[in-house]
Amino acid sequence: MMSFISYLISGINLGSVYAIIALGYTMVYGIAKMLNFAHGDVIMVGAFVILTAITKAGLAPWMSVLLAIVICTLMGITIEAIAYRPLRKAASPLAVLITAIGVSYLLQNLALLLFGADAKSFVTIINVPNVSLFGGQLTIKGITIVTIIVSAIIMTVLTLFVKRTKPGRAMQAVSEDKDAAQLMGVNVNTTISLTFAIGSGLAAIAGLLLCSAYPTLTPYTGSMPGIKAFVAAVFGGIGSIPGAMVGGILLGIIEIFGRAYISTQIADAICFAVLIIVLLVKPTGLFGKNVQEKV
Amino acid sequence: MKNIKKVLCLTAAAAMVASAVMPTAVFAEEETFKIGVIGPMTGDYAQYGVGVYLGAQVAVEEINAAGGINGYQIELLDAGDDMGDPEKSVNAYYDLLDNGMQILCGTVTSGAGIAVGAEAAESTFMFTPSGTAVDVITSGSNEFRMCFTDPMQGVKSAEFISEHELGTKIAIIYDSMADYNTGIHDAFIEAADTYGLEIVADEAYTTDSNSDFSVQLSKVAESGAEILFLPNYYNDNALILQQAADIDLQATIFGVDGMDGILSVENFDTSLAEDVMLLLSFAASDESEATQSFVSAFQEKSDGLVPNQFAADAYDVIYAIKDAAEDAGITPDMSNEDISAAMTASMLNIECDRLTGHTTWTEDGECEKDPKAVVIKNGVYEFVD
Repeated sequence: MMSFISYLISGINLGSVYAIIALGYTMVYGIAKMLNFAHGDVIMVGAFVILTAITKAGLAPWMSVLLAIVICTLMGITIEAIAYRPLRKAASPLAVLITAIGVSYLLQNLALLLFGADAKSFVTIINVPNVSLFGGQLTIKGITIVTIIVSAIIMTVLTLFVKRTKPGRAMQAVSEDKDAAQLMGVNVNTTISLTFAIGSGLAAIAGLLLCSAYPTLTPYTGSMPGIKAFVAAVFGGIGSIPGAMVGGILLGIIEIFGRAYISTQIADAICFAVLIIVLLVKPTGLFGKNVQEKV
Repeated sequence: MKNIKKVLCLTAAAAMVASAVMPTAVFAEEETFKIGVIGPMTGDYAQYGVGVYLGAQVAVEEINAAGGINGYQIELLDAGDDMGDPEKSVNAYYDLLDNGMQILCGTVTSGAGIAVGAEAAESTFMFTPSGTAVDVITSGSNEFRMCFTDPMQGVKSAEFISEHELGTKIAIIYDSMADYNTGIHDAFIEAADTYGLEIVADEAYTTDSNSDFSVQLSKVAESGAEILFLPNYYNDNALILQQAADIDLQATIFGVDGMDGILSVENFDTSLAEDVMLLLSFAASDESEATQSFVSAFQEKSDGLVPNQFAADAYDVIYAIKDAAEDAGITPDMSNEDISAAMTASMLNIECDRLTGHTTWTEDGECEKDPKAVVIKNGVYEFVD
């Protein structure tokens, strides 16, 4: 029973990291209607900025995190303006998708060039003591608690932002119909830029949490969690903010339980099988809306 | 227009003739042995490839300064970078051949070595410093190895653990997707019985999910293991050590040569690796004269990097090549096939005793030497007596 609970907690920890990454995916997809496959690599860049700022420049941890958020935000805006915006009117939506994959490789290889291929251990930034329950039989790591709380806060703030604020409502409008939104006086370019800015800023926080939970960093650190988080976003219903959160946590739990009770070797296969089953049974995901295309 | 085409054709033809004639002319003038190194110079396993290349450089410079091989200097070609990938490795092999390579010191990693071994069979003499999979050198009789094979590392680890009475309850966590890790794992399991070891937990992970080891580690903790055997590369093992510390795992960690390098992972808290044991035949902290002079020459080349076993193996490979080449009396004007055949015969006559211990070779190309292990104390390797 104790091991069941400890696996559950590991699952929630892994899942909340997926959830934060998935929030970035889902934001961008929900509003710009594109899959930003470079999102996982922005996370890696964020983590590298934090690590370099602390170890090389000697900045305080909170300053480094702030710096990472700023750099990732600017990078998100730049990537969107240079790589995606010119292709927004392209005949096939595949063009942007393929460019996103290209951006992903570009970021990985730039990191490889700048930081080298050797795995680096991540520094401890989040110092929250472990919580011991049932007389020491069960330990919840401090970082697990922080990750869960941070994901919950981000989800709530994002939901409120999109629903209640003016730029948030502009995002909804752009999501529904770009051309109509433009006619109503919404600046589509600014709105999409803002979406990328928020998504990429979140990626920096995701990088911090990912590397704090699993303290190793290479230029490829972001790619597998990025793909898993994409599965999580689809699982929860891509475009839906609470969906990303729930999908992420469920996927984390499924992965850890799969590893604990089925096989450590096919845990990834189980994750992707979940994606296939969800797409077959409920193509819009758990929280996805089924929007009828009007002609 | 027509004239331009004619001119172009002529230039092209002239270039072709020139390129066909040039190489022979160049080859006749340059009387050097050309040795090539193939290994991961970038990518996940760069630490190994770079170590091998620098180790080989140190040996080549020493040999050249002392007069070369049979009176000819050695030219170490630019390293072929394969990133540990078999396909890239075969490409690197043919690139090096185009550059005149006569003898191959490589490859560094196993998967790549199996692919290149098949190409080099009975054509170019191949000597791997660190390709530990059995099949790296089984394609041809002209292929040799400086280190233990994966199965041998598994067997020798079991032998070492039992002889030094480190414990009898063994747990294993290993990457079940990689040849290297499974090769050692399988041989260890097989040998465990013979040496009176009991496997209490046998946990796998995959290359794609190598960040969260919480499940495997809690199973190891539950099993009450005294020794945790980790036949993995250092980057995965660094994470395993960190997460093992989180749950306060008590077992002694025992690794193999792939774990060499764990102390140089950037920002890694080396106190986590305290008392970790590694099956290694080289330790830079060893005080013998040969080791110390190698270490200082290596550090001069690499801005103070500490050489690992891969570097020492490569150094020994170059010297073994020299010994065999002198025994065979080869010269640089011979074809790769002739050099290869002569060297193959001579490998059985030579004995090497430099950095990695006294070594001889069998007809299969395997080396024979005693296993040694180091324990990490205060962040440095110490040989276990």
